[in-house]
Amino acid sequence: MLEVMERPAQQPVPAASEAKSTAHEKLVIFAWSGDLDRVWPTLILATTAAASGMATTVFFTFWGLFPLVREDRRITGKNMMQKMLAVMNRGGIDYLKLSKLQMFGAGSGMMKVLAKQHQVASPAELLASAIELGVKLIPCQMTMDLMGLTTADLIEGIEEPAGAMTAMLDAKDAVTLFI
Amino acid sequence: MTRVATEIHQLDVKGLQCPMPIVKIAKAMKELVSGDLIEVVATDPGSVKDFAAWSKATGNELLESSAIDGVFKFVLRKR
Repeated sequence: MLEVMERPAQQPVPAASEAKSTAHEKLVIFAWSGDLDRVWPTLILATTAAASGMATTVFFTFWGLFPLVREDRRITGKNMMQKMLAVMNRGGIDYLKLSKLQMFGAGSGMMKVLAKQHQVASPAELLASAIELGVKLIPCQMTMDLMGLTTADLIEGIEEPAGAMTAMLDAKDAVTLFI
Repeated sequence: MTRVATEIHQLDVKGLQCPMPIVKIAKAMKELVSGDLIEVVATDPGSVKDFAAWSKATGNELLESSAIDGVFKFVLRKR
Protein backbone atom coordinates (compact mmCIF):
# COMPACT_ATOMS: atom_id res chain seq x y z
CA MET A 1 0.00 0.00 0.00
CA LEU A 2 2.87 2.31 0.72
CA GLU A 3 5.13 1.47 -2.20
CA VAL A 4 3.44 4.00 -4.45
CA MET A 5 5.15 6.75 -2.53
CA GLU A 6 8.60 5.55 -3.63
CA ARG A 7 10.43 8.11 -5.73
CA PRO A 8 12.65 7.26 -8.69
CA ALA A 9 16.19 6.40 -7.67
CA GLN A 10 17.78 9.67 -8.78
CA GLN A 11 15.90 11.54 -6.10
CA PRO A 12 16.68 9.89 -2.81
CA VAL A 13 14.47 10.99 0.00
CA PRO A 14 16.50 13.35 2.13
CA ALA A 15 16.18 13.22 5.86
CA ALA A 16 14.02 16.28 6.23
CA SER A 17 16.40 17.90 8.68
CA GLU A 18 19.35 17.87 6.31
CA ALA A 19 17.39 18.60 3.17
CA LYS A 20 19.08 21.34 1.20
CA SER A 21 17.25 24.32 -0.20
CA THR A 22 17.46 22.73 -3.65
CA ALA A 23 14.59 20.52 -2.60
CA HIS A 24 11.33 22.43 -2.62
CA GLU A 25 10.74 23.30 0.96
CA LYS A 26 8.73 26.38 0.22
CA LEU A 27 5.30 26.87 -1.21
CA VAL A 28 4.00 30.17 -2.51
CA ILE A 29 0.43 30.45 -3.69
CA PHE A 30 -0.77 33.49 -5.57
CA ALA A 31 -4.45 33.62 -4.65
CA TRP A 32 -6.07 35.94 -7.14
CA SER A 33 -9.63 34.60 -6.99
CA GLY A 34 -12.32 35.03 -4.37
CA ASP A 35 -14.27 32.02 -5.62
CA LEU A 36 -15.10 29.40 -3.01
CA ASP A 37 -13.88 26.63 -5.30
CA ARG A 38 -10.47 28.27 -5.58
CA VAL A 39 -10.04 29.63 -2.06
CA TRP A 40 -10.90 26.24 -0.57
CA PRO A 41 -8.15 24.27 -2.31
CA THR A 42 -5.75 27.16 -1.77
CA LEU A 43 -6.23 26.84 1.98
CA ILE A 44 -6.13 23.04 1.89
CA LEU A 45 -2.79 23.10 0.07
CA ALA A 46 -1.38 25.86 2.24
CA THR A 47 -2.26 24.13 5.52
CA THR A 48 -0.98 20.79 4.24
CA ALA A 49 2.31 22.30 3.11
CA ALA A 50 2.78 24.08 6.42
CA ALA A 51 1.90 20.87 8.28
CA SER A 52 4.66 19.07 6.39
CA GLY A 53 7.21 21.67 7.39
CA MET A 54 7.27 23.78 4.23
CA ALA A 55 7.63 27.53 4.62
CA THR A 56 4.33 28.59 3.14
CA THR A 57 3.19 31.94 1.81
CA VAL A 58 -0.12 32.94 0.28
CA PHE A 59 -0.23 36.26 -1.55
CA PHE A 60 -3.81 37.49 -1.80
CA THR A 61 -4.44 39.77 -4.72
CA PHE A 62 -7.40 41.22 -6.62
CA TRP A 63 -10.60 39.27 -5.88
CA GLY A 64 -8.48 36.97 -3.77
CA LEU A 65 -8.14 39.69 -1.18
CA PHE A 66 -11.81 39.70 -0.19
CA PRO A 67 -11.73 36.41 1.75
CA LEU A 68 -9.46 38.22 4.23
CA VAL A 69 -12.03 40.92 4.95
CA ARG A 70 -13.30 40.83 8.52
CA GLU A 71 -16.73 39.48 9.28
CA ASP A 72 -17.96 42.77 10.73
CA ARG A 73 -16.87 44.93 7.79
CA ARG A 74 -19.88 44.89 5.55
CA ILE A 75 -19.18 48.01 3.52
CA THR A 76 -15.59 48.77 2.71
CA GLY A 77 -14.05 51.43 0.53
CA LYS A 78 -13.63 55.15 0.64
CA ASN A 79 -15.50 56.38 -2.39
CA MET A 80 -18.85 55.48 -3.93
CA MET A 81 -17.45 53.08 -6.50
CA GLN A 82 -15.43 51.15 -3.92
CA LYS A 83 -18.44 50.99 -1.61
CA MET A 84 -20.71 49.73 -4.38
CA LEU A 85 -18.10 47.13 -5.18
CA ALA A 86 -18.21 45.96 -1.56
CA VAL A 87 -22.00 45.78 -1.70
CA MET A 88 -21.91 43.61 -4.81
CA ASN A 89 -18.91 41.56 -3.75
CA ARG A 90 -19.25 40.85 -0.07
CA GLY A 91 -15.96 40.14 1.64
CA GLY A 92 -15.30 37.59 4.37
CA ILE A 93 -14.29 33.95 4.39
CA ASP A 94 -17.88 32.83 5.06
CA TYR A 95 -19.34 34.59 2.04
CA LEU A 96 -17.46 33.06 -0.85
CA LYS A 97 -19.35 32.11 -3.97
CA LEU A 98 -18.92 29.19 -6.32
CA SER A 99 -17.56 29.95 -9.77
CA LYS A 100 -20.31 27.76 -11.22
CA LEU A 101 -23.69 26.49 -10.00
CA GLN A 102 -23.83 29.34 -7.53
CA MET A 103 -27.59 29.73 -8.22
CA PHE A 104 -27.99 32.95 -6.20
CA GLY A 105 -26.56 31.37 -3.09
CA ALA A 106 -28.21 27.95 -3.28
CA GLY A 107 -25.05 26.40 -4.71
CA SER A 108 -22.63 27.58 -2.05
CA GLY A 109 -25.29 26.91 0.60
CA MET A 110 -25.63 23.29 -0.47
CA MET A 111 -21.86 22.97 -0.62
CA LYS A 112 -21.63 24.11 2.99
CA VAL A 113 -24.26 21.56 4.04
CA LEU A 114 -22.40 18.79 2.20
CA ALA A 115 -19.11 19.85 3.74
CA LYS A 116 -20.62 19.74 7.19
CA GLN A 117 -22.21 16.33 6.58
CA HIS A 118 -18.88 14.93 5.45
CA GLN A 119 -16.84 16.71 8.11
CA VAL A 120 -14.86 18.63 5.55
CA ALA A 121 -13.20 21.61 7.20
CA SER A 122 -14.73 24.91 6.09
CA PRO A 123 -12.65 27.68 4.53
CA ALA A 124 -12.98 29.59 7.81
CA GLU A 125 -11.58 26.66 9.81
CA LEU A 126 -8.78 26.18 7.31
CA LEU A 127 -7.91 29.87 7.39
CA ALA A 128 -7.66 29.67 11.18
CA SER A 129 -5.50 26.54 10.88
CA ALA A 130 -3.28 28.26 8.34
CA ILE A 131 -2.66 31.14 10.72
CA GLU A 132 -2.02 28.72 13.57
CA LEU A 133 0.46 26.75 11.45
CA GLY A 134 2.38 29.91 10.65
CA VAL A 135 1.39 30.31 7.00
CA LYS A 136 2.36 33.79 5.85
CA LEU A 137 -0.79 35.43 4.53
CA ILE A 138 0.16 38.58 2.62
CA PRO A 139 -2.48 41.01 1.40
CA CYS A 140 -1.63 42.86 -1.80
CA GLN A 141 -1.10 46.55 -1.06
CA MET A 142 -2.04 47.69 -4.55
CA THR A 143 -5.35 45.79 -4.44
CA MET A 144 -6.10 47.31 -1.06
CA ASP A 145 -5.58 50.79 -2.46
CA LEU A 146 -7.57 49.97 -5.58
CA MET A 147 -10.51 48.54 -3.65
CA GLY A 148 -10.25 51.03 -0.78
CA LEU A 149 -9.45 48.45 1.87
CA THR A 150 -7.39 49.22 4.96
CA THR A 151 -5.58 46.88 7.33
CA ALA A 152 -8.40 47.54 9.80
CA ASP A 153 -10.78 45.90 7.30
CA LEU A 154 -8.72 42.70 7.27
CA ILE A 155 -8.58 39.83 9.75
CA GLU A 156 -5.87 39.54 12.37
CA GLY A 157 -2.97 37.13 12.15
CA ILE A 158 -1.90 38.10 8.66
CA GLU A 159 1.22 39.84 7.42
CA GLU A 160 1.66 43.51 6.66
CA PRO A 161 0.44 44.42 3.18
CA ALA A 162 3.14 44.14 0.55
CA GLY A 163 3.75 44.20 -3.16
CA ALA A 164 4.44 41.60 -5.81
CA MET A 165 8.18 41.77 -5.20
CA THR A 166 7.78 40.51 -1.65
CA ALA A 167 5.86 37.50 -2.90
CA MET A 168 8.38 36.99 -5.70
CA LEU A 169 11.25 36.91 -3.24
CA ASP A 170 9.46 34.20 -1.28
CA ALA A 171 8.77 32.42 -4.56
CA LYS A 172 12.48 31.94 -5.26
CA ASP A 173 13.23 28.20 -5.05
CA ALA A 174 9.63 27.58 -4.04
CA VAL A 175 6.84 25.56 -5.48
CA THR A 176 4.53 28.22 -6.87
CA LEU A 177 0.86 27.97 -7.62
CA PHE A 178 -1.48 30.53 -9.14
CA ILE A 179 -4.98 29.71 -7.95
CA MET B 1 -7.35 -0.15 21.72
CA THR B 2 -5.44 -3.11 23.04
CA ARG B 3 -2.20 -1.58 24.04
CA VAL B 4 0.41 -2.66 26.53
CA ALA B 5 3.02 -1.16 28.79
CA THR B 6 4.98 1.49 26.87
CA GLU B 7 3.19 4.75 26.56
CA ILE B 8 2.05 5.59 23.10
CA HIS B 9 0.44 8.92 22.42
CA GLN B 10 -2.95 8.77 20.79
CA LEU B 11 -4.55 10.89 18.13
CA ASP B 12 -8.08 10.29 16.94
CA VAL B 13 -8.93 11.93 13.62
CA LYS B 14 -11.80 9.63 12.74
CA GLY B 15 -14.39 11.37 10.59
CA LEU B 16 -12.08 14.18 9.58
CA GLN B 17 -11.35 14.77 5.93
CA CYS B 18 -8.32 15.99 4.05
CA PRO B 19 -6.35 18.00 5.04
CA MET B 20 -7.31 17.96 8.73
CA PRO B 21 -5.73 14.59 9.68
CA ILE B 22 -2.38 15.93 8.46
CA VAL B 23 -2.93 19.29 10.12
CA LYS B 24 -3.74 17.48 13.39
CA ILE B 25 -0.74 15.14 13.29
CA ALA B 26 1.55 18.08 12.59
CA LYS B 27 0.16 19.89 15.62
CA ALA B 28 0.27 16.78 17.80
CA MET B 29 3.88 16.06 16.84
CA LYS B 30 4.96 19.47 18.06
CA GLU B 31 4.00 18.43 21.58
CA LEU B 32 6.17 15.31 21.48
CA VAL B 33 9.87 14.79 21.94
CA SER B 34 12.22 12.92 19.65
CA GLY B 35 11.65 9.17 19.82
CA ASP B 36 8.08 9.43 21.07
CA LEU B 37 5.53 7.16 19.45
CA ILE B 38 2.09 8.26 18.40
CA GLU B 39 -0.78 6.14 17.19
CA VAL B 40 -3.30 7.76 14.87
CA VAL B 41 -6.70 6.38 13.99
CA ALA B 42 -8.46 7.77 10.92
CA THR B 43 -11.33 6.98 8.60
CA ASP B 44 -10.31 9.06 5.58
CA PRO B 45 -9.11 6.50 3.00
CA GLY B 46 -6.84 9.18 1.52
CA SER B 47 -4.94 9.33 4.77
CA VAL B 48 -3.18 6.02 3.97
CA LYS B 49 -1.13 7.64 1.24
CA ASP B 50 -1.08 11.03 2.92
CA PHE B 51 0.48 9.76 6.15
CA ALA B 52 3.14 7.90 4.18
CA ALA B 53 3.84 11.08 2.22
CA TRP B 54 3.87 13.22 5.35
CA SER B 55 6.28 10.79 6.98
CA LYS B 56 8.66 11.13 4.03
CA ALA B 57 8.31 14.90 3.91
CA THR B 58 8.98 15.42 7.60
CA GLY B 59 11.29 12.53 8.46
CA ASN B 60 9.01 11.19 11.16
CA GLU B 61 9.12 7.45 10.70
CA LEU B 62 5.94 5.61 9.83
CA LEU B 63 6.27 2.33 11.73
CA GLU B 64 2.89 0.90 10.97
CA SER B 65 0.06 1.50 8.55
CA SER B 66 -2.87 -0.83 8.79
CA ALA B 67 -6.61 -0.99 8.30
CA ILE B 68 -9.29 -2.78 10.29
CA ASP B 69 -12.98 -2.43 9.53
CA GLY B 70 -12.64 0.87 7.75
CA VAL B 71 -10.45 2.38 10.44
CA PHE B 72 -6.90 3.15 9.47
CA LYS B 73 -4.16 3.02 12.02
CA PHE B 74 -0.77 4.66 11.76
CA VAL B 75 2.07 4.50 14.22
CA LEU B 76 4.74 7.14 13.87
CA ARG B 77 7.95 7.89 15.67
CA LYS B 78 8.99 11.47 16.08
CA ARG B 79 12.41 12.11 14.65
